[in-house]
Amino acid sequence: MARALVNVPAKVKRGDVVEIKVLISHPMETGFRPDPNGKFYPRDILKSFACTYDGEHVFSAELFPAVSANPFFSFTVVATQTGVLTFSWTDDKDQTQVQTAKIEVE
Amino acid sequence: MNPAARIGGLALIAMLGAFAARAQIADADRKSGAAFMSAQTQEMQRDDGANPGMLAALDGESLWNARTGGAGKSCADCHGEAQTGMKGVAARYPAFNEASAAPIDLQGRINLCRQDQQKATPLAPESRDLLALSAFIGLQSRGMPTAPPDDPRLTPFRERGRALWSQRMGQLNFSCAQCHDDNWGKHLGSAPIPQAHANAYPIYRLEWQGMGLLQRRLRNCMSGVRAQAFPYGAQEFVELELFLAERARGMPVETPGVRP
Repeated sequence: MARALVNVPAKVKRGDVVEIKVLISHPMETGFRPDPNGKFYPRDILKSFACTYDGEHVFSAELFPAVSANPFFSFTVVATQTGVLTFSWTDDKDQTQVQTAKIEVE
Repeated sequence: MNPAARIGGLALIAMLGAFAARAQIADADRKSGAAFMSAQTQEMQRDDGANPGMLAALDGESLWNARTGGAGKSCADCHGEAQTGMKGVAARYPAFNEASAAPIDLQGRINLCRQDQQKATPLAPESRDLLALSAFIGLQSRGMPTAPPDDPRLTPFRERGRALWSQRMGQLNFSCAQCHDDNWGKHLGSAPIPQAHANAYPIYRLEWQGMGLLQRRLRNCMSGVRAQAFPYGAQEFVELELFLAERARGMPVETPGVRP
């Protein structure tokens, strides 16, 4: 499992626009980089990222080989209710890593 | 000589004049490498949620608490909580090692601990685990002033480092000082020339798409001037590190830094 850093404010007011920041450790190997013997390192990238807020899809992104290693996303959601934000990253082998964070709305 | 060549010659003389202009940077003029970065990259370093070096530091924290080697001991078993036990430690390395009667840098110390205390194999230079542990230990000194030890036994080594700093090398025949003392703030191609203070290592370098230690950066500069780079762990590097620590004395530690 790759290490991910999720930054969600713990307590917010209802209706606030909340900034969410997520950073995941991943090499994002493009498949175009040769090793010292001239053979290409096999491609290994995260191809998608999605965020749901209490089950509702609020943000998603497609990733491509040109995205840097350790992809970082910053986006905003409107705080509607106390709930769970679920973040998921899917790689080339269709393996998904999931991380969750609680958000408390007053 | 045609007029164009004469103008070229004059420009060359003017350039050489500029090269001889400055020597050592005054304390008040010292700037961290971060000051030469774009606002976005500075923000990336400042924000722990966006700084990829923090991923390495978190890996380092797990390694700190993991038991390993023949002795089955973790770093924490001897040193306790890194947050207290390692506070300020990275800021005072390289330090003198009694056993080898020579200075060692933080990575040398980590590997000595692994060999002698944990009975484990030393970590390879620039390996993921060594970078992670260095980032985690360095993080405990973040914000503290660089404080190289006032140990007279270090002096001859530091002086050798100082000599290396102004030693011309490589096919381009440049010394470190010619760029970083005499011409900092100007540009090399599109890249600004920083003052080369080593107060943020290990760094996450965007160009590398990963973490690296000071020796990797020094080797980078050496191949830049087309010199044969010293091997990792070479005594010369530790001597240069000693001199660089003295040169950055008092500057706050930024580990884990982000650099372009």
